[in-house]
Amino acid sequence: MLPKQLTAESFNGYPPKGRALAAANLSLLQTMPLAFVPFLLKDMLVFDWKFPFEQADLTNQFAYLNKMFEGDRERTMRPFAELKLSDKLENSDWVNQPAQFLEDLSAHLWTTQQMDGFRSASEDYVRRFNDSLPAEELAMPRLGIAVFGEGVSATQYKLFRKLRPNGVFFSQVNPANGKETIAEALKARAAAHNIPYAHWSIEGGALRAAPAGLVCVDYDGLTEVRSKLAAMMLSAYEAAKFDPEKLRTKLAAVTPQTVGMKDSGDGALDRFQLSLLTEGSGTQIYSTTFVQWAAREALRRAHPLTIYTRYAPRQKERTMDELLSGTQKKTATDAEGSMIDGDMGAYCTWVNMQRLPGADDARFLAWFEGHGEAVAIAPGLKAGTEDATPTDIAGLLKRVQYS
Amino acid sequence: MPRSANFSNASPRQVAAAISRSRRDFLRQATGAALFAPSALRAIAAPSAKKAVVVTFGGGARDDETFNADGQDNIPRMLAELAPRSTFFTQVVNRGILGHYVATASLATGVYETFNNFAAVSPDNPTVFEYFRKDLKRPSTDAWVIAPSNGFNRIGESEHKGYGKGLGAGVILPKRLLAAALAHGGAADFNHLLRDNYESTSFSPVIGGNDVELQQLADIFKVSIDDFISHAKSLASPDELSVYIARQLMKRLAPSLLWITLHDIDVAHSGAFSLYLEGIRRSDRLCADLWKTIQSEPEYANKTTLFILPDFGRDSDISPGGNGFQHHRTGDATSRTTWMMVLGPGIRENHIVERPVDSTDLVPTLGTLLGFSPSLCHGQPMLEVV
Repeated sequence: MLPKQLTAESFNGYPPKGRALAAANLSLLQTMPLAFVPFLLKDMLVFDWKFPFEQADLTNQFAYLNKMFEGDRERTMRPFAELKLSDKLENSDWVNQPAQFLEDLSAHLWTTQQMDGFRSASEDYVRRFNDSLPAEELAMPRLGIAVFGEGVSATQYKLFRKLRPNGVFFSQVNPANGKETIAEALKARAAAHNIPYAHWSIEGGALRAAPAGLVCVDYDGLTEVRSKLAAMMLSAYEAAKFDPEKLRTKLAAVTPQTVGMKDSGDGALDRFQLSLLTEGSGTQIYSTTFVQWAAREALRRAHPLTIYTRYAPRQKERTMDELLSGTQKKTATDAEGSMIDGDMGAYCTWVNMQRLPGADDARFLAWFEGHGEAVAIAPGLKAGTEDATPTDIAGLLKRVQYS
Repeated sequence: MPRSANFSNASPRQVAAAISRSRRDFLRQATGAALFAPSALRAIAAPSAKKAVVVTFGGGARDDETFNADGQDNIPRMLAELAPRSTFFTQVVNRGILGHYVATASLATGVYETFNNFAAVSPDNPTVFEYFRKDLKRPSTDAWVIAPSNGFNRIGESEHKGYGKGLGAGVILPKRLLAAALAHGGAADFNHLLRDNYESTSFSPVIGGNDVELQQLADIFKVSIDDFISHAKSLASPDELSVYIARQLMKRLAPSLLWITLHDIDVAHSGAFSLYLEGIRRSDRLCADLWKTIQSEPEYANKTTLFILPDFGRDSDISPGGNGFQHHRTGDATSRTTWMMVLGPGIRENHIVERPVDSTDLVPTLGTLLGFSPSLCHGQPMLEVV
C-alpha cells in the first residue's frame, strides 16, 4: 500500500483526535512519500495522549505542509521520495503499525547505504519547519537544575568538567538546606506561571512529596512496572529463539493497562512514564539513566519552563564473581559511579535545553549534593570563570534566575 | 518527524577534520609524535615468520573520553606505552552499518557487509582468515578469533563459495564457554553475564558456526573446567576473560593471525557514563598488557604487528538524533570516524598519519604484511605500515 491509497477508513484504529487530524489532512497525506508519512502517523496514533506542545507541533507541521505551494512541497519531499524502499516495506501495515515500519525502514536504510541521505533530508526538513515558526515567547526564561552525588563524602573525580566552560564554577557553597531551598524555588516558579506540563521534577529515588504545580516522575514509583517489564524481557530472552526486534515491537505495544499501572487520571503522563521504560535503553536497570533520559524526553516532548533532576545512587554493576556464583542477591548501590553518571546527565540536560527556543536566555544550576561545589549558567554570568566567594543555594538560585 | 534544532553548523567533513586535528594535536603534545616526519627511532627489519594480532573495540570510545584533554586520564597506558611506539591513524572512517557484528564482519572481510546486525549469519564475503589460510596453506590452528559476544559465532568464516567452510578461523566465545562450564557445575545466576548485546535489550542468536566447545578448549589449554571457572571468577569483566584466553592461545598454539574483539565499552548503551569510562580504562589496560605479552612471548616477540582500533565511534553530544555517548545511531561524523594504532617491527614509531583511511583498508594491509592476496576485498593497503 502507498500513501495515495489512503482513505478516511484507513484510520479507523486511531483514537478520536488522531483520527480527526488524519481526516482533516487526508489529501495532503495522500501526496506525500512513504518514507515520510509514517513519521507523522506514529504521532497521530497516540495523538490523544500527547502533551499540548506535541499536539501543537504536529498540527503546525500539517499547517506548514498544507500552506506550501505544490512545487515547493514536491521539492521538500523529493529526497524522501527518492529513497528506494523495498516491497516488504510497502506491503507492511504501516498505517496501523508505523513504529514497526520505522524500525524496518531504519534497518533498510542502513543496509542499502541510504541512511546518510535520509539523515540529511530529515535535518533539512526539521530546520526549514522550525524556521517557518514564529519565535516562541516563553513566559519566563527556561531553568534547569541538576543535583547529584548523594552518598559521596569526597571524590577525586573532576566534576562539572563539561559544564564549567559554559558558566561559573562556585567552590564555596554552603550546602545547608539546599534541597529544601530548591523545592521552594520550584514551587514559586510553578505558582508564578501555572501552565500545564511547564514545570517538572524528576527524581532518581523515591519522591517524598509532590509539590503543587509540578509534574513529578520518580524512579521508585515505577518499581512495579519495571518488574513487570523486566519479567517480560527475561521471558523473551530465555526463549529458545530470541528476536530482539520482535521484543522491541512487543514493548512498544505495552499500554499502562497491560502492566497494571495505576490510572493517575493523566493519560499523557502515564504513557510518558511508560515510554521511558519501554523505549529507553538502560532506564529499566539504572536510575541514573532513567533520570537523564526522562529529562531529555520531557524537554523534547513538553518544552517545560522548569526542569529539576536529582540523581540518587543506582544499583552497582555486578562483578564476574558475583555473576558466576549467583551471590550478592541484595542490590548494592554505587554512589561514586552514580555521581559521575549524574555529572554527565546534568551536562546532557543542559545540551538538550540548548536545542529549545529561548536557548540564549536559558539558565542552569548543577550542584554536588551536600557539598560546596556548583556550576551556574546564565546570560549575565561570565562563562568559564570561577568564584570562591562564600554563598548558598538561595544565593546561587537568585544569581542564576536574575543575572 | 522529530523536531530538534541542529546547532552545529559544521559539515561532516569539517567535523571529521576537527576530530583528526584533535587527535593529532593531543598526540603531539602527549608523545612528541611527528607528522609525516621520518621515523627512524627504531627500524627493526621484519623477520620472515610474521604474525599479526588485531584488537577491535566493539563499542567505540569517543575522543571526549580518550584523546581530548578531559579524556586522557582514561587511557594512560595507551598514551604512555603504546602511542609512542605506534604509527597512529587519526581518521579511520567506517562507511558501513554501525552495528557491532556487521561492522566487525566488514573489518574482517574488507567489504561493507550489509546483513542484519542481529542475525546469526556468516559474512557474505571471504574473511581475512580464509584468505590467510587458503593462500598461505595454513592449518586451522593458525587463525583464531576471540569475541565475548555470542552473536559473533559465525565471524570466523564466510559463506562465499570460493572460500567458506573449513577455511576459516577457530572462534572462541568466552561467554558461551562459561555458560557451558556453569551448566556442568550447576552455578546459579549468570544470565547477566551472557547478556552480551547492550544495544538490544538482550540477544542470544541461534548457535552455529565453528566456535570451539568447552572440552576442546580445556584440551587445548590443558586446564580443567573447574580451574577455568575459578580463574574466570577472579577477573573483572568478560574482556579480561577474552584476554586471558588470548594469552593461553598464544602460549599453547601461537597462531599467526589472532583477532580479539573487546566489548566492555559497549556498556555505554545502558546509559551509565561511569561504567562506560570503566570500560575504556579496562580496554586501555588490556591493550597495554597484550602488547607486553607479545613482547615477552618468544613466538611473538619482534615478529608481531599489533593493530588496535575501535570498530567505529559513538554519537556526539550535539547530534540531535542521538543521546551523546550512549549510542551510535545517528551516523554522524563522530560515530563514523575512529582511529587506529599499529605497532611492531618495521612500523614507524611516534608517527601520525592524518589522511583518512577506510575501515575496509585493514584486510588488504594485513594481506600485504603477511603475504596473502585478499582479491575480493574493496579496501587499499595502508602503505604507511606495510
